Amino acid sequence: MIAGLGLLVGVILGLMLQPEVPLWLEPYLPIAVVAALDAVFGALRAFLDGIFDDKVFVVSFVSNVLIAALIVYLGDKLGVGGQLSTGVIVVLGIRIFSNVAAIRRHIFHA
Amino acid sequence: MSSSPGRDRLVRTLKRPGSRGQAVVAALLAVLGFASVVQVQANERDNHYEGMREEDLVQLLNSLSSASQRAENEIAELEETRSTLRSDTDSRQAILEQARERATVLGIIAGELPVTGPGVVVTVEDSSEGNLGIDHILNGIEELRNAGAEAIEINDSVRVVAQTALEDGSEGIIVDGVQLSAPYTIEAIGDAHTLERALNFTGGFVQSVEGEAVGGDVRIRQVTSPSVEIATTAEPLQPEYAEPTESE
Repeated sequence: MIAGLGLLVGVILGLMLQPEVPLWLEPYLPIAVVAALDAVFGALRAFLDGIFDDKVFVVSFVSNVLIAALIVYLGDKLGVGGQLSTGVIVVLGIRIFSNVAAIRRHIFHA
Repeated sequence: MSSSPGRDRLVRTLKRPGSRGQAVVAALLAVLGFASVVQVQANERDNHYEGMREEDLVQLLNSLSSASQRAENEIAELEETRSTLRSDTDSRQAILEQARERATVLGIIAGELPVTGPGVVVTVEDSSEGNLGIDHILNGIEELRNAGAEAIEINDSVRVVAQTALEDGSEGIIVDGVQLSAPYTIEAIGDAHTLERALNFTGGFVQSVEGEAVGGDVRIRQVTSPSVEIATTAEPLQPEYAEPTESE
């Protein structure tokens, strides 16, 4: 309940404030968002499995975001930023798909 | 319908407000929602190049500059073509203009064009004995030519040109095969003053016609405005024997 409200509050805040994305953050924000999405779907799946732990969620959320950003940063420094961010997106996308598949099985038994 | 433990737990949690864990999840989800919305909006804004990587920008810049280089080359080529075409047209037009001018001059000289301009109208009356002959008329024409007459016409019916032939006829004179009779009206275009003086000098045309031997009468009228109209034209000469000698 509160979790859903939190998501709503974040979206509304973003819509109302309309902040400019700082230039240094611009290449990393999309990757970070996808990484956070992966953490959220992983947490939902764990919750449905009955093994959810809020500490684990916080740690996985933060580390997901940081590692994704770090990989892209490293890629930029090595001159392969574009390719690495594509790779990160692909991996995270696969994980999101498998998590969502598990969630679907829990909720719809299908 | 049997429901799974997972779904039950979800429904239960959604119905029951807040534990500590839920608050933490809410905070993180708020961050996620905020970040996604910000990213989506930044993406939708038009400054497309702002977030691009350095290498991509460099590549973009390179392709743009080579494209502009190509375009500039094309512009230079086309401009060259244009200037070539323009100078071609100009010279052609100049030649055409020259040819046209020349055609006009030659047309006037050969008597193929009706002309108009200032000049004199000379009316020559024969005496009652008919003493006036081609000698006198020819003399008058020569005097007019000497004075720079550009076009001469007799009796509004014959244009006097280089090939014009005069002969004595039974009743007057025959000019280019046309029978004319007195009084003769000679119209000449040129400087009116000079033309009149050329006829009037001592021992000249006027004196010879009005003298004892002929007993005719000459009246000279300078016409400047309205100008003398010479409407008749001579048949264009088709040279049969004369050919231009080859020259550069």
